[in-house]
Formats: sequence, C-alpha cells, structure tokens
Amino acid sequence: MAALQPILKIEDLWVSVEGKDILKGVNLTINPGEVHAIMGRNGSGKSTLSYTLMGHPRYHINRGSILFKGEEIGDLTPDERAKKGLALAFQYPVAIPGVSVSNFLRASVKAVRGKEIPVKEFRQELKQQMALLEVKDEFLSRYINDGFSGGEKKRLEILQMTLLKPALAVLDETDSGLDIDALKVVSTGINTLATKETAILLITHYQRILNYVKPDFVHVFQSGQIVKTGGSELSEELEERGYDWVTQELTPSGVA
Amino acid sequence: MAAELRQPQDTSDQFDQIRSIASDYKYGFKDKEDYVFKSGRGLTEEIVRSISAMKNEPEWMLKFRLRALDIFRKKPMPTWGNCQLLNDIDFDNIFYYIKPSEKGEKNWEEVPEGIKQTFDRLGIPEAERKFLAGVTAQYESEVVYHSIREDLEAQGVIFLDMDSGLREHEAIVREHFSTVIPSADNKFAALNSAVWSGGSFIWVPSGVKVEIPLQAYFRINAENMGQFERTLIIAEPGSYVHYIEGCTAPVYSTDSLHSAVVELIAKKGAHIRYTTIQNWSKNVYNLVTKRAVAHEDAKVEWIDGNLGSKLTMKYPAIYLVGQRAHGEVLSVALSGNDQHQDAGAKIIHAAPNTSSTIVSKSISKDGGRASYRGLIKVYPEAKNSKSSVRCDALLLDEASRSDTYPTMEVDEKEVTIEHEATVSKVGEEQLFYLMSRGLTEAEAKAMIVNGFFEPFTKELPLEYAVELNRLIQLEMEGSVG
Ligand SMILES: Nc1ncnc2c1ncn2[C@@H]1O[C@H](COP(=O)(O)OP(=O)(O)OP(=O)(O)O)[C@@H](O)[C@H]1O
Ligand SMILES: [Mg+2]
Repeated sequence: MAALQPILKIEDLWVSVEGKDILKGVNLTINPGEVHAIMGRNGSGKSTLSYTLMGHPRYHINRGSILFKGEEIGDLTPDERAKKGLALAFQYPVAIPGVSVSNFLRASVKAVRGKEIPVKEFRQELKQQMALLEVKDEFLSRYINDGFSGGEKKRLEILQMTLLKPALAVLDETDSGLDIDALKVVSTGINTLATKETAILLITHYQRILNYVKPDFVHVFQSGQIVKTGGSELSEELEERGYDWVTQELTPSGVA
Repeated sequence: MAAELRQPQDTSDQFDQIRSIASDYKYGFKDKEDYVFKSGRGLTEEIVRSISAMKNEPEWMLKFRLRALDIFRKKPMPTWGNCQLLNDIDFDNIFYYIKPSEKGEKNWEEVPEGIKQTFDRLGIPEAERKFLAGVTAQYESEVVYHSIREDLEAQGVIFLDMDSGLREHEAIVREHFSTVIPSADNKFAALNSAVWSGGSFIWVPSGVKVEIPLQAYFRINAENMGQFERTLIIAEPGSYVHYIEGCTAPVYSTDSLHSAVVELIAKKGAHIRYTTIQNWSKNVYNLVTKRAVAHEDAKVEWIDGNLGSKLTMKYPAIYLVGQRAHGEVLSVALSGNDQHQDAGAKIIHAAPNTSSTIVSKSISKDGGRASYRGLIKVYPEAKNSKSSVRCDALLLDEASRSDTYPTMEVDEKEVTIEHEATVSKVGEEQLFYLMSRGLTEAEAKAMIVNGFFEPFTKELPLEYAVELNRLIQLEMEGSVG
C-alpha cells in the first residue's frame, strides 16, 4: 500500500490576531479515519487554531504551513476551504436573523458539493439526519441560531457536519452546554461522521464526550502550542489531575 | 419589479440563476420609439390643453389641470431632501406626454407588437395568468393593456386606467379626485395634477373582498420621459383590496422623471393594502406623493420597496381620521452607487384610539445613501393613540451612508409613542460563518441582506418575494470584487 497521505499536516504554525501572537509553533498531523482530541486551559489558543484552519480573515499566519490533503491552504478563503472538505463546528455559532435554517442548509450543501440536489432528495437526507440528531422539524423554518438555546445551536452545528460530510471536521467544544441526553445524541452524530475517510479534530474540556467518541490521540494545548500528546488514557489523567502536572513536567524543577 | 415568474422554490436556487444573467439591471433594454403622439420637450399651457383635449376630458378636469400648472410654476423646489439632485432636474428637457398607441387593449393579442414584446419580456401576461385578479400595464403616458377577472367585474369591482375611470365613472372620480392630495400639496403633486396621464382607478363596493391582488405595471421607455400617472383607490365600507405596482425603465445616460400621485380612501371598516416594488433604472428621478385617508375602523397598509432610481423621495402618508383607524407603513430601501433613497412615512392621528406602526429598513452599499424621513403627528383629542416607529439601517461598507430624520408633533397627552432606530454593519462573524459553509462572499452577503429584508419580503406574494431576493442577489454580485 502506498504511504498514506495525511488529511492535515500543520507545521510550525505561528498565528497572530490584532498584532498579538497566539499560536506559537503548532505541529499536528491527522490521517484519514483518525479522531484527535485537543484539551487545554481557557485562552490557550484552541479556538484560534480552529479559526485559523477555517480561514478567518482576522487571524494572520506569520510562519509555518497548513497542508490539507497535501495542498497549502493558508491563502484560501473560507468557502474555498469548505469546498475542499474542511468544516468547523463553531464554539459560538452566530445568529443570522431572517435567514431560515432550511434555505441556509440547502445553499450550503449545494455550495460544498458543487451541484444541485433535487429538493426531494435533499429533504429526505435532511429528515434522516434530523431524526438521528433529534432535531425537530420546526427548526427548519426558524432563523439560523436566532433565539436558539446553547444546546440547540450545538445540535445544528453537528447537523451541518453530517450533511456536509467533510474530510476533516473540527469540532470546537461541541459538547459544552449539552445536557446528558443531548451529549449522547450528539456523540452518535459525531460517530456517524467518523468513517474511514473522515477525520475528526475534537476540542473539548471534558473527558465525558470521549467516553462516547473514542480518540486515537489526545493533545494538550498550552500557550499556543501542543505540549503533550498521548492516547485516550491521557484525557482521563487530565480529568483527574488537571493541567498543572503537565506544566510542571515541562518546566525542570527549580527553574520556573 | 416584474414578475419573472417561476415555481415556488428555495432561495438557494437563485445562486445559479444569477450566474446566468450577465448584466446588473436586466430591465435596462429599450425599444425602438414608435409613437402615435409625442409632445415637444418642456412644459407649456398648450401641452396641458392638448393632453386634456386628446383625452376628451370634461371641462372641470381641464380647469383643474391649468390651475395646477399655475401652482407648479409658482411653487419653489423643496428646500429639504436632496436639494442638489432636485435642482439638477431640467424641466425644459422633459417630454411630458407620449402616447404609444391609439387605445388601451383588453385583449393581449391586440396590444401593439413592440410593446407586447416588452411586457412579455418582463413577464406580465404570465404573472396575470398565474396569480392576479387584474392587470394594468402602462407604457410611457398611457395604459396599453388592462384586464380584470370576470367574477370581480360581476361583483361590481371597478379596475380601470385612470383615464377610462374618468370617462366611464365621472361622478365617482369627481367626488374623490384630489381630495386626499390637493394640487398645492407640493411642487411635484402640482406638476402631476397638470399633466397626469394613466394610472389606476379602483372602486370596491361595500363589503366586497378582493382576495387576489390587482396589479399595475409601469414602464418608461423613452429617454427624458416624464411619467405622471395618477392612481385613485376607493374602498367602500367593509371592503378589502390589495394592489401591487411594479416599475422599470431602460438605462439612459440622461435622466427621466417619474412623479406619481396616489390617493387611497378607506371608508368605514375597509382595508387597503398597497404594495410597491420600485426598480427604476439608476437614471430615474422618482418623486412620488402617496397618501391615504382611513376612516373609522379602517386599515391602510403601505408596503413599499425601493431598489432602483437615482433619487427617490417618497413618504407614504396615512391620515387616521376615524376612531380606531389603523395605519402601517413597511418599507425597505436599497441604495447603491450614485443612488439616494430618501424614503419614510407620515402618519397623522386625528381621531381617538387610532394606531400606527412604521417599520423602515434600509441598506446602503458602494457609497449609496439611504435616509429615513418620518413624521408622526397626533392632534389634540386623538386620545389613546398609539404609534411605534422602528428604523433599521444596514451599512455594507465605509463609503455608504444612512441618516434618520424623525419628527414627532404630539399635541395630546394620552398617547403611546415608541421610536427605535438601529444602524449596523454586516458582521464579520456572520460572513465568516456563512463562508465557512461554502458560500462565496457575495452569496453570504446576499443571504444576510435578504435576511435583513425578510420582515418585508414575507409580506409579499411568493412570486414577488422570490424575485426581490433575486434582484438583491444581483445587486450583491455587482458590488463584490
Ligand atoms: N480578536 C482578538 N483580539 C485579542 N485577543 C484575542 C482575539 N481573539 C483571541 N484572542 C486571545 O487569544 C487567546 C486564545 O483565545 P482562544 O479563543 O483561542 O482560546 P481557547 O483555547 O479557545 O479558550 P476557551 O477554552 O476559553 O474557548 C486568548 O487570550 C484570547 O483573549
Ligand atoms: Mg475556544
């Protein structure tokens, strides 16, 4: 078998926003079918990484590269990246008043797949995914995230992922704010995403979701870098011991 | 706007349709001029007399015209609004009357070929077949085609062009004509009163509800044309009518003038809804006086969409003269490069327990300018009146501009008046969110803008809503990159 082409290869990535350095040398490789979890303190730069991957205009890459399926995507617009198979479930999805969820989903799926989907076929697919994620029909005629509860927003994010079927889905704290039942439902959704071809980068603060979505790798993010990588056991250790020991491990005693 | 109709569909389909359309303004084509009569440029008493003579009008109408001409000449230009653009109007260079054909036809096949093709291209006959109860199509100064469904005619509903209305129902016209908007109201109302031609005349008998909209379509074709239609709608007690008008013109390098007068009379318990989708080309001055009177328990709604024109000055007004009368003005304006939409609303509360709402939404882009100009007046004794005004402006770039000029004159204490105004910019985070889902910047902007206009769009018949969304998308395509 030919050497596997990684879906994502980030090398020495330095990113600043409003002139402030946030990411300071991130390295990360993700292969097809893998599930990676990133954990780390508030403000350590996890969302910055997810925004940068998706191409937010305010995040400037100062050094390093992002190879997506072997191609540098640092200069592409967000829609171009989406069309190549990258998708981001937002930590804080924004509301867009006046735009119905159904119109938006249809436009989005059509844009990403690059072709018209017959209305009937689309409806069918949509209904199926909505049933899986227990999203009620009435959401289709509501405006995007407008007046949605925190958990409802997260479900809509995952619904979009399952419709767009990206090669790499970056899920930024999709589990935050979900009740216990919703967490199971959303996890089921994530697991349907995780096929042999699709990879998942899951940003989370909690071990809980990792009971449902088994990560192949767990990374610890700190001060704009990945400072430690392990298997799924690492998340359990973090849950138990917090982040201090990681920090200490990195700083030879007495130096600090 | 026109109704380039198709099956109901999701707006997302429209992205494809846009790509297939090359130019920004698809109504910009022009026809060869082939007229029965075209006046010389400029305005003279002789022209006014000959318009009246050609129409075989009664003496009182000729006198009315001549008086109005006198008022027009004496009245100064408004000293507010966009004075600079107003003063650029060259009244001596305008053609005040153009008669495209001998008579208005009831049968589509008999409309002169060239004109028929124009309206075919604009989708009018198709629109009529699909969802209208009646249609009037005005080309230059005259109505060239007109029809009404037989069942409405049988119920006694009158829907005619204004000239035929005057000929066939002189008593009703004489009783109501110019009672809502006197010639002396403003310079452009005076001008219209002097040279008016065409427009719609609608009379709905007591208790009759016209459930399907009546539509008029206005088209200017000639360069430097002045179109001065005159519309009068009378809803007898307990009746209902919805009237829709759409307007387009070719793109010329010099300007045309559209100056209409529209009078609505909603008698006791009647309900009139008047919808406008103005999509004039960007060389048309659109200076229109629209006013309604709402009697006891009556309801009047102006649904007013302004997309095109060089300068629009239009403030649909409602006089609430009977107890519990209700008025609503819902307007949107889209102002692009070299455009100024100066629009708003006026509501006069002149009776107790009257209520009104004004919702105005404007978008400015590519250096365009949108202004909201509104008046709420409450007379003494109009106790327990309520009014709420909401103005939302969306700016798409730094070069564009939005202003609000609200005026409140309240002479009664027991009233509730709310006013709220917001100005926002298209959010970077909203754009990023939509683009991360595969939409291009233009598509994302169009989606946000359509969402912003949604409170307006959802009041339109579906075909119009789809068309409006599409026009907005075209505008966005034109403004990116
Ligand atoms: N636009 C901005 N201007 C200034 N600082 C910013 C901006 N965006 C992010 N930052 C800073 O960058 C740092 C990293 O933020 P980021 O949102 O990536 O953290 P995070 O790891 O996702 O945190 P959380 O777990 O709370 O979501 C924070 O200190 C934040 O304040
Ligand atoms: Mg975050």
